[in-house]
Amino acid sequence: MTETPLSDFDGCGSSGSDQHIRPTLLAIYLVLGIAFGVVLTRSEVLSWFRIQEMFHFQSFRMYGIIGSAIVTAAASIAIIKAMGLNSLDGEPITIPRRPFGSGIRYALGGTIFGLGWAMTGACPGPLFALIGNGISVMIVAVLSALAGTWAYGWLSPRLPH
Amino acid sequence: MASWFNAEWPWYVAGPMIGLFVPALLLVGNKVFGISGNLRHLCSAILPGKLEFFRYDWKRKGLWNLVFLAGVLIGGYLAAHLDVPHAINISHATVAPRELFTWHALLTLRGFISIVVGGFLVGFGTQYAGGCTSGHAISGLANFDLPSLIAVFGFFAGGLAATYLILPFVIGRL
Repeated sequence: MTETPLSDFDGCGSSGSDQHIRPTLLAIYLVLGIAFGVVLTRSEVLSWFRIQEMFHFQSFRMYGIIGSAIVTAAASIAIIKAMGLNSLDGEPITIPRRPFGSGIRYALGGTIFGLGWAMTGACPGPLFALIGNGISVMIVAVLSALAGTWAYGWLSPRLPH
Repeated sequence: MASWFNAEWPWYVAGPMIGLFVPALLLVGNKVFGISGNLRHLCSAILPGKLEFFRYDWKRKGLWNLVFLAGVLIGGYLAAHLDVPHAINISHATVAPRELFTWHALLTLRGFISIVVGGFLVGFGTQYAGGCTSGHAISGLANFDLPSLIAVFGFFAGGLAATYLILPFVIGRL
């Protein structure tokens, strides 16, 4: 597992490789994204009510979903590592580790995101899936999230990391 | 459409299905599952300004993820609009309360806070933390990353603070 310098790390959804992507692979990413949107909807993970239940400890459902997703992903990563598998384009599979730094960015940034998660009842994936669901006003929430992203980009040189 | 598609998926089906996106993306292109990087890619593509944070080749780093994100939007549409008999009703009323998430509600204080303030904090917080529920809670914890564990504690600290200290006074009774 390689360590990526802080300046190079592009956050959530970073890639292990920077190579240009073949159109056939892009089609696979599109299909996977569609599947994810379907799962978010049919499992009601995108529901404001499910998120409120989670933060009120009224239902095990969201904890069960997130917990079993982590266990499944961890087991899959263990299998991939044990078998030394390559990706479709023949690259060895590596998962970049985040640099720890002072750790402040994770604690403070995580808390700020948590506030927003409870207020909107949605994290970034569900925000987009909700627009697909026909909750068109979520376009405003996405635009506001982009404004928040831009504000971070502007302030980041002055923030503790 | 098969009947399993119509019922509400139990947590032990939905959770593992979400978890499988991690190995799927690794096996396809050595990509790490995470949605919030797309907010940065979109800013980089649309309005990078002179900001260092947005000055990189977004097509090279993020096109795959933006395509994945477009799929999420399409998937949300398909799952909600496929007209299947006996399906559980996924409608506006079951995913988001109308008192908060309509164009009309946007003009109320509680709607504005839920949509605009909440959205802004989601954007700012995910970029500061370097990930969201998918990137930190699922990909990061599955990879036993300490930064992700700290971030997830932060997610819940913030979520609980908003739930118990802010929202009761803002939303009131729905």
